[in-house]
Amino acid sequence: MELIRELAVQGGEMLLVVLLAPLVTGVVRKLKARLLRREGPSVVQPYRDLLRLMRKDVVLADNASWLFRTAPYLIFATTWVAAALVPTFATGLMFSWSADLIAIVALLGSARFFLALAGMDVGTSFGGIGSSREMMIAALAEPVMIMIVFALALLAGSTQLSTIAAYMVSPAVGLRVTLGMAFVSLLMVGIAETARIPVDNPATHLELTMVHEAMVLEYSGRHLAVLELASSLKLLLYLSLIACLFLPWGLAPPDASALFYAIGVAAYVAKILVGCTALSVFETVVAKMRVFRVPTFLGAALMLGFLGTLLLFVSRGF
Amino acid sequence: MSALEDLIASGKPVAGKADGARVVLDQSRWRIMAEHLAGGIYVLSGLWAEPGMVHAALLDGTSGKLAIVSLECPGGSFPALSALHAPAIRLERMIFDLFGLVPEGAPDTRPWLDHGRWSVQHPLGAATVGAPRRQYDFLAAEGEGIHQIAVGPVHAGIIEPGHFRFSANGETVVRLEQRLGYTHKGIEALFRGAELAQAAKLSGRVSGDSTVAYSLAFARAVEDALGVAVPQRAHVLRALVAELERLANHLGDIGAICNDAGFALLQAHCAILRELVLRTAQRCFGHRLMRDVVVPGGVAADLNALAYRELATLVKEIRQRFPDLVELYDGTASLQDRTVGAGIVSPALVRQFAAGGYVGRASGRAFDVRRHVCYPPYDQLEFEVPVLEAGDVNARVWIRIHEVEQSLRLIEQILGLKVEGATHTRVPSGSGEGFALVEGFRGDILAWVRLEAGGRVARCHLRDPSWFQWPLLEAAVEGNIVADFPLCNKSFNCSYSGHDL
Repeated sequence: MELIRELAVQGGEMLLVVLLAPLVTGVVRKLKARLLRREGPSVVQPYRDLLRLMRKDVVLADNASWLFRTAPYLIFATTWVAAALVPTFATGLMFSWSADLIAIVALLGSARFFLALAGMDVGTSFGGIGSSREMMIAALAEPVMIMIVFALALLAGSTQLSTIAAYMVSPAVGLRVTLGMAFVSLLMVGIAETARIPVDNPATHLELTMVHEAMVLEYSGRHLAVLELASSLKLLLYLSLIACLFLPWGLAPPDASALFYAIGVAAYVAKILVGCTALSVFETVVAKMRVFRVPTFLGAALMLGFLGTLLLFVSRGF
Repeated sequence: MSALEDLIASGKPVAGKADGARVVLDQSRWRIMAEHLAGGIYVLSGLWAEPGMVHAALLDGTSGKLAIVSLECPGGSFPALSALHAPAIRLERMIFDLFGLVPEGAPDTRPWLDHGRWSVQHPLGAATVGAPRRQYDFLAAEGEGIHQIAVGPVHAGIIEPGHFRFSANGETVVRLEQRLGYTHKGIEALFRGAELAQAAKLSGRVSGDSTVAYSLAFARAVEDALGVAVPQRAHVLRALVAELERLANHLGDIGAICNDAGFALLQAHCAILRELVLRTAQRCFGHRLMRDVVVPGGVAADLNALAYRELATLVKEIRQRFPDLVELYDGTASLQDRTVGAGIVSPALVRQFAAGGYVGRASGRAFDVRRHVCYPPYDQLEFEVPVLEAGDVNARVWIRIHEVEQSLRLIEQILGLKVEGATHTRVPSGSGEGFALVEGFRGDILAWVRLEAGGRVARCHLRDPSWFQWPLLEAAVEGNIVADFPLCNKSFNCSYSGHDL
């Protein structure tokens, strides 16, 4: 009985993220359009796009290898698993034992590895440019994530998301400089990882400035649909991660009643909406930065994460 | 006497008008001219041909005098200007492709407009049927780690086609080479034998965003050929539509440059203002881009009191809203970080290529046809020609911003001019030769036309300002990073259609 319930909650969570992901992309696009005084497409347009792409034929380059064909599914699978590990509306999930921040970083890292390989597989110049830029960003973004993990793990005494979330709502947490630094750092790395302005521009038509879009430029049909869904999932994942780590209020505890689950879902939706709004406003008021400015941007994030960890050591008197 | 006047005096005037007639040079004079061009004594403003003859337009920057000189090439070849003067390279390649005249001693003999896909070779010359496809070799850039990036002619966005071949070292551009000609429409062939009305329409369709400036250049050239005096009211209305066109294009450009830096907010606002201009134009002139309003002999539209009021409201509206956008551009640090210092063109290059418009004026070349080769009604109007020295993307944006302000000022003055009378005069059917230089929003557009008896066009050449701007883009991008190319390119916003003919 217990097992069935846990399965149901975990399954519900997994389904929720994958169903919600295109909506998040749609909401961000709609909000950005409204901020530009445009009408913008409907918020459900990403679902329609996915359906349309699913029905289309796949056009493959002659020299595309098996890697090019399997990469979209691998990328989608790893991203989905990573997204499923983040507590969205309830903690104490079935996968909790593995819901480890380091595992999430590793899963996203593998997804990126396959995407970069797929970008180079066909041998077009844009794929190569995209992959090389993506790797430059990744080389800087991953240490930042690890630093954030360190800082949080030192505070909460665990790298498990449920534990950290529980710690963050407990009175023990207090007001800490480290948390502030880790929060800003996570926002910065989240922007870089999800290919948003100012690091990358998801709406650009300029092939020479693309990073993520350049890698998926050769994809079509269901492959592209799966990749689009994966990148929507990644955006939702980062929003959920920020919500779970820094705004964990309203998460349903393990073995809670249905009411708590309902509150959890409502709080989650509200948090994601706040996140979407903040992202849209931010993307509207800044221009995209030069590609070579990205290391400075992520370097600042790394320093924040590093300082946060260091301050913790100092204050603890190790 | 200036060197240009000397040169003209040494040539044989072609029968026709006494003043400003075209002169035919001999080969030795042609070579001296090439040396003068290389020395920057006067500048090359155009180079074109007809069967058995090449023509060059020369401009004296200080006096604003424009002259046309010709060289007969009975042997099917002429001494290449490009051997000494780089800006002539692409024009001579175009001449070879269209007419089959060989530029002797040219450093670059590759085809330019002819991609080997036409059914004839040298369509305006011998027109031999069957075109062999030749391999097109891009210029080499050698070195360790240098790789090539081929972009276009089909792009991810909906823009005109052009091929860009980058040789890059990582992200840094070592060399950019353009390949154009994908929008070749055979404009010059269509002009041959066209009725005047038909030719006027055609001139307005060479480059859609500059339709007013092109039809104005053509109309002025025809009027020059036939000695037609246009009524004053027509001059005033022509300036009005020309300034409206400049206003709309500059507003669109400022937004588009910012959008290419990932700042869509300014584009959204600029697009609203541009749309206001276009809708007002639609109501006042019956066409959003004011196509076919300017015709030889005058203008084909007139304004009533209501239209005057609409235009006054438009100017007021833009005056009110534009300063906020300028402030947003200037005050957004992340945007300034992209535009300042990107894609610098040196003043020396701009002078050598005689690049007009915002490209020239952003790099210190103070040349504006409206001021320096003055044509009516600009002699009666007050305006400034903004000039900056920096030569980067930011400077080209600022030139546009200042020109928007100047255009608003001009429109206000034009609306205030109470000139009554006819808007059109009958164009007699005669023969003759004429030319005109007109300031479009991109820069100076040159029109040269020869009418044959019966009033048909025998030969017409329209030279887009982009001929002398495209090569500078190659120079501007060098040393920049690949990802900054779209931004530099947009700040030039050269015409593909006008250039490809």
